[in-house]
Amino acid sequence: MAELTRQKERIRGGVAQALAHDSASKHVTGQAVYVDDIPEPQGTLHIAVGSAAVAQGRITNLNLDAVRAAPGVVCVLTADDIPGLNDVSPTHSGDDPVLAGERVNFFGQPVFAVAAETFMQAKAAARLGVVDCAADTPVLTIDQALAKNYLISQDHEMVRGDAAAGLKAARNRLSGQMEMGGQDHFYLEGQVSMAVPMEDGDVLIHCSTQHPSEVQHNIAHVLDRPANAVTVEVRRMGGAFGGKESQAAQWAALAALVAVRTGRAAKCRLDRDDDMSLTGKRHELAGKWTVGYDDDGRITAADVEMATRCGNSKDLSDAISDRAMFHLDNAYYLDQVRILCKRLRTDTVSNTAFRGFGGPQGMMIGERMIESVARAVGKDPLDVRKLNFYGDEGRNTTPYHMQVEDFVLGDMIAELETTSDYRARRKAITAFNESSPVIKRGLALTPVKFGISFTTTFLNQAGALIHIYKDGSILLNHGGTEMGQGLFLKVAQVVAEEFQTDVDRIKITATNTAKVPNTSATAASSGTDMNGMAAMIAARTIKRRLIAFACNQYKVEESDVEFIPNQVRIGNQVVDFDDLIGQAYLNRVQLSATGFYRTPKIHYDRTTASGRPFYYFAYGAAVAEVAIDTLTGENRVLAVDILHDVGQSLNPAIDIGQIEGGFIQGMGWLTTEELWWDDSGRLRTHAPSTYKIPTCGDRPAHMKVKLWEKGRNAEATIHRSKAVGEPPLMLAMSVFHAISDALSSLDGYRTVPDLDAPATPERILMAAQKLKAKSR
Amino acid sequence: MTAETRSTVRLLLGWTPVDIAVADSNQTVLQYLRDQPQLKGSKEGCAEGDCGACTVVVGALKDGAIRYSAVNACILFLPAMDGKQILSVEQVADTELHPVQQALVELHGSQCGYCTPGIVNSLLCLNLNGGAADRQAIDDALIGNLCRCTGYGPIIEAAEKACSTELSAAWKTRIAAAQKQLLSWAADDQALALETRNGPYLAPKTPDQLAAALDAHPAATLVAGATDVGLWVTKLGRSLNPLISVAEVADLQSMRLTDSHLEIGAAVTYSEAHQALSEISESLGELVRRIGSRQVRNSGTIGGNIANGSPIGDMPPALIAMGASLVLRSRAGRREIPLQDFFIEYGKQDLRPGEFVGRVLVPRKLDTFRCYKVSKRFDQDITAVLGAFNIAIENGAVVSARIAYGGMAGVPARAVGCEAALTGKPWNMKTIETAKVALDADFKPMTDMRASAAYRTLAARNLLERFYLETQNPAVALELASRNHMKGLVDG
Ligand SMILES: Cc1cc2nc3c(=O)[nH]c(=O)nc-3n(C[C@@H](O)[C@@H](O)[C@H](O)COP(=O)(O)OP(=O)(O)OC[C@H]3O[C@@H](n4cnc5c(N)ncnc54)[C@H](O)[C@@H]3O)c2cc1C
Ligand code: FES
Ligand code: FES
Repeated sequence: MAELTRQKERIRGGVAQALAHDSASKHVTGQAVYVDDIPEPQGTLHIAVGSAAVAQGRITNLNLDAVRAAPGVVCVLTADDIPGLNDVSPTHSGDDPVLAGERVNFFGQPVFAVAAETFMQAKAAARLGVVDCAADTPVLTIDQALAKNYLISQDHEMVRGDAAAGLKAARNRLSGQMEMGGQDHFYLEGQVSMAVPMEDGDVLIHCSTQHPSEVQHNIAHVLDRPANAVTVEVRRMGGAFGGKESQAAQWAALAALVAVRTGRAAKCRLDRDDDMSLTGKRHELAGKWTVGYDDDGRITAADVEMATRCGNSKDLSDAISDRAMFHLDNAYYLDQVRILCKRLRTDTVSNTAFRGFGGPQGMMIGERMIESVARAVGKDPLDVRKLNFYGDEGRNTTPYHMQVEDFVLGDMIAELETTSDYRARRKAITAFNESSPVIKRGLALTPVKFGISFTTTFLNQAGALIHIYKDGSILLNHGGTEMGQGLFLKVAQVVAEEFQTDVDRIKITATNTAKVPNTSATAASSGTDMNGMAAMIAARTIKRRLIAFACNQYKVEESDVEFIPNQVRIGNQVVDFDDLIGQAYLNRVQLSATGFYRTPKIHYDRTTASGRPFYYFAYGAAVAEVAIDTLTGENRVLAVDILHDVGQSLNPAIDIGQIEGGFIQGMGWLTTEELWWDDSGRLRTHAPSTYKIPTCGDRPAHMKVKLWEKGRNAEATIHRSKAVGEPPLMLAMSVFHAISDALSSLDGYRTVPDLDAPATPERILMAAQKLKAKSR
Repeated sequence: MTAETRSTVRLLLGWTPVDIAVADSNQTVLQYLRDQPQLKGSKEGCAEGDCGACTVVVGALKDGAIRYSAVNACILFLPAMDGKQILSVEQVADTELHPVQQALVELHGSQCGYCTPGIVNSLLCLNLNGGAADRQAIDDALIGNLCRCTGYGPIIEAAEKACSTELSAAWKTRIAAAQKQLLSWAADDQALALETRNGPYLAPKTPDQLAAALDAHPAATLVAGATDVGLWVTKLGRSLNPLISVAEVADLQSMRLTDSHLEIGAAVTYSEAHQALSEISESLGELVRRIGSRQVRNSGTIGGNIANGSPIGDMPPALIAMGASLVLRSRAGRREIPLQDFFIEYGKQDLRPGEFVGRVLVPRKLDTFRCYKVSKRFDQDITAVLGAFNIAIENGAVVSARIAYGGMAGVPARAVGCEAALTGKPWNMKTIETAKVALDADFKPMTDMRASAAYRTLAARNLLERFYLETQNPAVALELASRNHMKGLVDG
């Protein structure tokens, strides 16, 4: 029996503590094991894929003799070698073949796969395949697809009120448009899977994926086996950002096919060029709007049409396009509104999930719309933003008929406006621009309101599994995957808090479809919300059993049993946690439990485009200051101040890390990251030499991130925290609008510049030219 | 070769000497580390020198002492490590984490962790070389290490905290022992001559040996820092055979100052030449600082940049505007040509069979000189347009003008028409406007993923204007961020 005095101690690693990532010391010593680092079973084969050199066409001839004869080659696969379904579509759309059979639908689409003794041999052999096609002229761009009405899926519309009538009645009207590019995920670890053959033709797959269950099920279909023959395990990913949700399955399937066929372990790792050429990206989006507004700049009606470039297959494009629509309003009440989104097919790689999942694109259109109104009424855009906020009586219904119940942006922005000294800087910048002919500065404050939950309601479920071994050590497993976002640690902190044990006692284990089944992707920012809850529920189940046992054993009331740091108080005795567990074991108490969580309150009817698709909203705001060079379009982000609402943080260090990283990633999307296809449909920016994500030097010299102190989730989420994975990416809209603001100075802030994203030096210079010509 | 050659590679892997019978001369250091000693800490993020996930620290002798530099293991051939020390992430911690590792852990510098080993090595190297003075020094050390997760903030903080820490006694002792080992190997003075399954790899030590080797293997590929050549293997899947390294030729490793010129040997890296080039022109120094990353500059050479003949190499236009020349050597002797004549057309240089680049002769006295590199991303990006201007202005008029551009044609080239439009004319905006029109006729740039022809044309014109503005007094602000402005923001 221990002393009562130890009671006052706090556990190490409960909720709200700023613990370092659980793998941090393994990261810095190179000991953290990623899929490509797992010791390879003897005889492991390496896989490469081969393709045709056209973007669209019927395959007329496939000659792989030279591939088969190449040194080291053990096995060559084509579509004909797939025993089951040749499809890994996340929506079972039948349009994502593992290997293309009759047609190729984008440049580089794999037509065959080759497995060889070494990676270099497989790559060399893959170059020797002959794939002839009767090529068709590919449809590559949004404009081309619009002209041909080349669609991947039905248009969808959201309506509230009567936009046409509203526009007619509006005091002022304006129209505008913008396009924004896609974005490659550029996770540092490319797609990789290693399949190990097991008894009965089963297969174990180590895979870098956010969606082990989907990989499992898709592979089962490909192999024509039940799901229980396939186990998928994910310890950690070297980044994912949405790019390893549906995009991992194809490579895992190839590894599984080779492993089952040859009886040898097989690894499919895409090198950077293949990864960038053959896997989906953020959707490009074009939007145009007509907006009605009063003389103050308050929007009274809006009619918006958007089009997403989905690529050659459905993948998740419907849900992504919907999310773009859900976020068009961002933080603004739009009276009398119609939003339409077309889902365009193009003969390019199929676009997919990427942090924000269409939300950022929709929001950008909304923000551009606001910006154009602000210029038209001659006000500081911040004032027009505030004027249009949700929050006032009767101005709280979204275009999809959900009530905004906890609009906190008014408060947050007031705070940020003061702490960032927005007004004084605005003045200083205007003065600077008047006296500086070449360099122009710009400033913008933009808000983010982001809906949390999968909009496909059934996905909002999660499971967890907890074992306590008889020595008191705890093993934690759940359906969420670790991609660097700190999910494993946050969930462990939740469990530590429940049991009041130090977090070090909890073993964090690899996600494994044999432990927790039928999981949803770790996506939609929902990882902690859902898995944290499931783990808490599992922990509480065990706790209840322990309490019942203690009551029985020590003859006390339930209220007399209290979990205190690493101990349990039972009446007036204090027992070490380990001791209690040992006793419970001897008394045949079950020390293992599962937990299951389904997000409450949500519902959505897509046919009427109304409901409550989101459990709650996450909020944030950022101020960015930039400088541009009007001779070259070169630019720099000088200063950024962020205020973000994570509710009551489970781990402030991790949350701030997500905010900073998300912001910089968003900044890359809107500035330097440009995807460029040539006329044949071949992606020419398929490596870091040509595709430029932010470097260390791009981080603004001044960058302050603050968690909003008053933040508390109005809904009963896990410890009243809020999701943080995606929302911060959209804070980077401030950078784009600050660039736009700097450009606007060229004509006395009268127009919103014609600027598409990413705002590369080229686009900035060309926009500057236009404005200069205009004001001349 | 003679008995003075050696047929295995010997190096220090961490602190342990190893002798490697290299099976494939095209094997990269990264492939070796991951496949043979199974050191899986170093990652492949791109296999083209651009992401830094594979960064290792290499110790090599320079003037009798060991000097450390961070390099990209993914594009370096293993034989290039002969006589050197490789520190990969596994060797950084002893019983305790190294201070940079500790700081990265404490300040949350890793999220997914895939970039982290490379970052640890870049920061370790900064520490070994005496620490980080300021944000610029940290950026310079880290530009070549992409991180997609963190946004870099905590990594910069970790660098600020830990990179200036005094080396522990244990580290000092180990480094002294490593230096002793390398010195004892160097004393042998044996040139490396490997026979591997895909052909020989030769690393001669004197210009004559090099000339002889080239003579004996006319089809050989020359390699200096491999920052271009390495990619032919890793990206294009080529097998290079035979390979002859110029990097170990002592004479080519040296720089000499004459009254009129800085002479740079073809094996001198950007990092080694940086200071001397900055002394000739600050603007040139800034250009060198923006070539690739620290890792790339630690391996890559100016000689290689020229010999590679790329239309978007950064040094050639700058050096052409300066009036640099080239010393070419072969068994037949040596010849000196103006650098501008070296570039005949796209893909074709004036390099005869058996010839190699010996030295680059850079004039020390310039007129008013500036070079401007424009790229999509400011740091570690390949140039869209580069303008270099070397113009003499006397009594308000242009006496002579040497102007060269990169990215505007199939070769780096002078803007002949533009030069003519300036020469003899008053140095004012009107002249600049006429010269801009003349410039349009000098080049027909192309459109590619880096920039459109229209942008290149416009930016090229505007760089001339920028140069003009810089010569004006009072000067207008041309820097995106003035130090003072930033200072106010950072402190406030
Ligand atoms: C990530 C990255 C970023 C880069 N960024 C830039 C940049 O910003 N600006 C830029 O200009 N370049 C850039 N480069 C390319 C640049 O690093 C090279 O052009 C470099 O200067 C070549 O030098 P090297 O010593 O590595 O040459 P190598 O790669 O070894 O050789 C290059 C060519 O020169 C030949 N060669 C080498 N030495 C000799 C010699 N003595 N005689 C005859 N031929 C010889 C080789 O056969 C080969 O054809 C970058 C490269 C990488 C990988
Ligand atoms: S792997 Fe990217 S630089 Fe070497
Ligand atoms: S921590 Fe993931 S790339 Fe840097």
